[in-house]
Amino acid sequence: MPDVWSQYSKKVMDHFQNPRNVGEIENPDGIGHVGNPVCGDIMELYIKVEDGIIVDAKFKTFGCGAAIATSSMVTEIVKGKSIKEALKISNRAVAEALDGLPALKMHCSVLAEEALKSAIEDYLNKSKKQEDSSKSESAS
Amino acid sequence: MRRIYLDHAATTPTHPEVVKAMLPYFADSFGNPSSIYSYGQEARGAMEEARIKVAELIGARSEEIIFTSGGTEADNFALKGVVDASEHKGNHIITTSIEHHAVLEVCRFLERRGFEITYLPVNEYGLVDPDDVRKAITDKTILITVMHASNEVGTIEPVEEIGKIAREADVYFHTDAVQTVGHIPVNVDKLGVDLLSISAHKLYGPKGVGALYVRKGTKLVPLMHGGEQEKRRRAGTENVPSIVGLGKAVELAGQEIDKEIEQLAGLRDRLIKGLMERIDHIRLNGHPNKRLPNNINVSVDFVEGESMILNLDLEGICASTGSACSSASLEPSHVLLALGLSPEEAHGSLRFTLGRENTEADVERVLEVLPGIVAKLRTMSPLLKTQK
Ligand code: FES
Repeated sequence: MPDVWSQYSKKVMDHFQNPRNVGEIENPDGIGHVGNPVCGDIMELYIKVEDGIIVDAKFKTFGCGAAIATSSMVTEIVKGKSIKEALKISNRAVAEALDGLPALKMHCSVLAEEALKSAIEDYLNKSKKQEDSSKSESAS
Repeated sequence: MRRIYLDHAATTPTHPEVVKAMLPYFADSFGNPSSIYSYGQEARGAMEEARIKVAELIGARSEEIIFTSGGTEADNFALKGVVDASEHKGNHIITTSIEHHAVLEVCRFLERRGFEITYLPVNEYGLVDPDDVRKAITDKTILITVMHASNEVGTIEPVEEIGKIAREADVYFHTDAVQTVGHIPVNVDKLGVDLLSISAHKLYGPKGVGALYVRKGTKLVPLMHGGEQEKRRRAGTENVPSIVGLGKAVELAGQEIDKEIEQLAGLRDRLIKGLMERIDHIRLNGHPNKRLPNNINVSVDFVEGESMILNLDLEGICASTGSACSSASLEPSHVLLALGLSPEEAHGSLRFTLGRENTEADVERVLEVLPGIVAKLRTMSPLLKTQK
């Protein structure tokens, strides 16, 4: 679809060709695993959290150029952010950070947002469980 | 960077001799073929010469060739034209699930108009079973339309056998031969077809022109109404320069066909073999030997097609994919799904279609860069891990 590619910004092409933070994190604090209902692509996002701050993020993506670029960008943006700040990152913000995406490719950035949200949710669930278990431990 | 064009099923470069043949008909012999003075008659003469050339290439008579604006119009004309002329006889059409959109979408349109369409399945190689065609025929069947060869996976269909079945049942038979005319031998009598679609830009001719072969006696209602051009079967002043271009293109194709088949089939087999050797988890889509000489279609596991194509483009190589990500509808190729591929396999499909100007060096270049691209994308793939 070269008509779409010609609309890929320099930044999109840069993140597509040299994606940042590819891979997995060993013993991550949160994992997001989402599938794109639109075209069937898959994104995985791993986060490491220390004192409420996301200190590391990595991704794996099966998808188009825009999906790879947005995954790469979202891992860049999210590093150093607090959980609260990270939850506010929208797909639009990711797209804007890439100097925009073709209209047909906006749905790929939604996947990036959802992957992040689901990783944070996973983290929050896990830490809640830990809290609960430590509470019940101290009660006994 | 040297550009390597490997998407000839999409379109071909116009042959320089074709361009040269067309040029006089823009500004010099620009007359309207319907005018009776000499300017007009010059144009008419050139057009009729082109008609003879097209007819010769497919074993038809020149009066059985109607020029159109391309393959899509030829398909539309064949289907709608037969249906409108045979409506009183029945309302059933038989086609396949792997046709080009120019046939499939017409069928869907006719379905909405109340026609019944049977979309025959294909096997894992993309082949239609002629027996399925036979069984699908009812006394309401007015048309069978089966493509000669798939533009996506290159499978060559048993059109000849289906032609015999159609003849026995006395049902009109159309084939979309856009991918085969000029590339493999096509003879309308041997194939047993009543209608056959041709497109010029797939055989080194110009875009925007094609032809429909209509066997003498076939009842067809025109698509375009207006003037008396094309023996009142297709109104509108003829696109003379392009028609002349089509004529030149089929003339050259006729001369080069044997050489082209040998050259391209050799490169095709080299590329397929090389890909299988150098990339693991890859498989060929389509038939191993009932296959167009220029078509290579593979599925690469764990990676998505558009990102492969984009990476190839950065290396100057033009190819295509049936991935959902690369279509405006965001749906995977209907052809690959019909062959039984999973959406993920369709996602990882890559199509290379060779042409006359391709060389061994082009094939080597693909074999040099693609394994690296696949490896890079696989390091990013969440699918690979889940498979381990
Ligand atoms: S991931 Fe499929 S279109 Fe972007």
